[in-house]
Amino acid sequence: MAEPSTISPAPLLKDELDIVIPTIRNLDFLEMWRPFFQPYHLIIVQDGDPSKTIKVPEGFDYELYNRNDINRILGPKSSCISFKDSACRCFGYMVSKKKYIYTIDDDCFVAKDPSGKDINALEQHIKNLLCPSTPFFFNTLYDPYRAGADFVRGYPFSLREGVPTAVSHGLWLNIPDYDAPTQLVKPLERNTRYVDAIMTIPKGTLFPMCGMNLAFNRELIGPAMYFGLMGDGQPIGRYDDMWAGWCTKVICDHLGLGVKTGLPYIWHSKASNPFVNLRKEYKGIYWQEELIPFFQSVTLPKDCTSVQKCYIEISKQVKAKLGKVDDYFNKLADAMVTWIEAWDELNPSGAKSAELSNGASK
Amino acid sequence: MSLAIKDDEVDIVIGALRSDLTTFMNEWRPMFSRFHLIIVKDPDLKEELKIPEGFNLDVYGKPDIDQVVGSSTSILFSGYLCRYFGYLVSRKKYIISVDDDCLPARDPKGFLVDAVAQNISNLTNPATPFFFNTLYDPYAEGADFVRGYPFSLRGGVKCALSCGLWLNLADHDAPTQALKARQRNSRYVDAVMTVPAGSLIPISGINIAFEREAVGPALVPALKLAGEGKCRWETMEDIWSGLCVKVVCDHLGLGVKTGLPYIWRTDRGDPIASLKKEWEGVKLMEEVIPFFQSVRLPREATTVEECIVEVANAVKERLGSMDPVFARAAKAMLDWIKLWQSVGSSSSRSSAV
Repeated sequence: MAEPSTISPAPLLKDELDIVIPTIRNLDFLEMWRPFFQPYHLIIVQDGDPSKTIKVPEGFDYELYNRNDINRILGPKSSCISFKDSACRCFGYMVSKKKYIYTIDDDCFVAKDPSGKDINALEQHIKNLLCPSTPFFFNTLYDPYRAGADFVRGYPFSLREGVPTAVSHGLWLNIPDYDAPTQLVKPLERNTRYVDAIMTIPKGTLFPMCGMNLAFNRELIGPAMYFGLMGDGQPIGRYDDMWAGWCTKVICDHLGLGVKTGLPYIWHSKASNPFVNLRKEYKGIYWQEELIPFFQSVTLPKDCTSVQKCYIEISKQVKAKLGKVDDYFNKLADAMVTWIEAWDELNPSGAKSAELSNGASK
Repeated sequence: MSLAIKDDEVDIVIGALRSDLTTFMNEWRPMFSRFHLIIVKDPDLKEELKIPEGFNLDVYGKPDIDQVVGSSTSILFSGYLCRYFGYLVSRKKYIISVDDDCLPARDPKGFLVDAVAQNISNLTNPATPFFFNTLYDPYAEGADFVRGYPFSLRGGVKCALSCGLWLNLADHDAPTQALKARQRNSRYVDAVMTVPAGSLIPISGINIAFEREAVGPALVPALKLAGEGKCRWETMEDIWSGLCVKVVCDHLGLGVKTGLPYIWRTDRGDPIASLKKEWEGVKLMEEVIPFFQSVRLPREATTVEECIVEVANAVKERLGSMDPVFARAAKAMLDWIKLWQSVGSSSSRSSAV
């Protein structure tokens, strides 16, 4: 039977969670997040010109990697990390030594709930990750483990323990995560609807995973969170998180892990230029018509018992079935393999991510 | 975006398990009075129904049920199953049904929720079962499809059924409510969403709406517990019926939505007393859910009726020997289809999609 969660004043998982932030400009947004983020270690992935200095506000414990660092650490394998695209953030997932990751964009600020209170998004993500998911049968009252809720009549008791939660996908008030065509048609639309729910995305259902406000259990699903080849030199952009989300969901479904969506909200302040976005997304808009049926039909053999094995298997199927859509997918499939090789090199099995880093800033 | 529907396309069907409907009807008057109502009196109810004036309605009782259905069927239209008689005799395109112990709710701003209008909106806007939209209903005001949502899926499919929610007394089972005796649902989740294809949900009959022309025969009055009672804690008939509907909708490419509207469910009954009766229903779900998750309908089943016959046969084959309640349910489903074909669909078209 679900129990109401107790509200603890102390920061949860302080030494078990890294906050990964990709940036190309500055990190001024961290000032607003200070009350919620300061206890945690930050991994900053600096995209773009490595000779630029990114100023990190005082008092944060962080490590920062620019392109030179990425090239140095990964050597030739750095080819799998995107340049001039926030997809580079997945490098931060790879070098983290923690169990959990929270990633947030540098134009996302603290939102307020309907009562006017500031939302501690990180705390909500942590609650989501620590609480089971229920992918096998939909609960019409959404998260059954939340205070004031429970499973509804008809929900089998044998399914009420749930499964471990691998991913917590948060949402955005103000500028919604629309694609370029929608942005062009509705430039003034703002998301003002606060939907007070967290729910598990059912097994077998795919969704568009946005990387703006995302947390995951790195130990359970980390290697699946590769954000693909985007940006400079690539024919596509703004599909990094989508790609990671589809791979992740297929693997979670196969391994019996849960993916949640809903709370928490952050306040998304900047609408990127829709014409620039259109150019980046253009191929993606066509390709996703092939990609969705592809991912919907991926089946993973029983002997894929680890995330890495599942991911390599998906990369083979990408090459076999999507290579004919565009040669990009051959490159991407290769990059997926490179990513796993790099992940395993930096995260040899047996090395537990509970090891504390001293968080020296660069 | 939604189709405009005429008032005369809607029937509001109420199963009366209590005789005094005065407060119920008066509270719902602002939402109900435009529409035709069908009130079906539980044949087990001895007292006369008390219904206030000013509604356009038809009332059916035991004599009517006997006359229309006679002894031709194994279905007992008693208790919560009495409303299905209303579904059968309705000639309207859409049906909205709420339990007779529910009243209009208020939203967080304090406004009365027009559950009828919301249900109609849910049914007349497309559903999107093939890919999850993280901003929920893309057709709602101020929302849309998010980045990454394939354009070819943005037209959606017809929404055949909409399942609403409950403030105050939520639809928990008896063990849960008994354990959390004082828990009441006060969380208003401002969203409508499509239940993904291939996913099952417990569709509560307390607050539902559906397109009768599209899925009417799939709402089957079939599962009657041995200890079936007059509290929702003492029945699983709606859960069973809803699983049939979802399986059929998934097969035929129709949508099912959940979320808004909320209704206010009044405190009634004693979960601990019901526990003795409903335990049977709770146990049955352990078999029922895996069964429905594994049901596969053949390609040749292209109408709702054909799909239900297939499900009924599968129930008989795979669950029949487990518990007599399943064998009876299978028979009731087949009887229902026969009834529907002779009585139900005479002036609305058959439900081939």
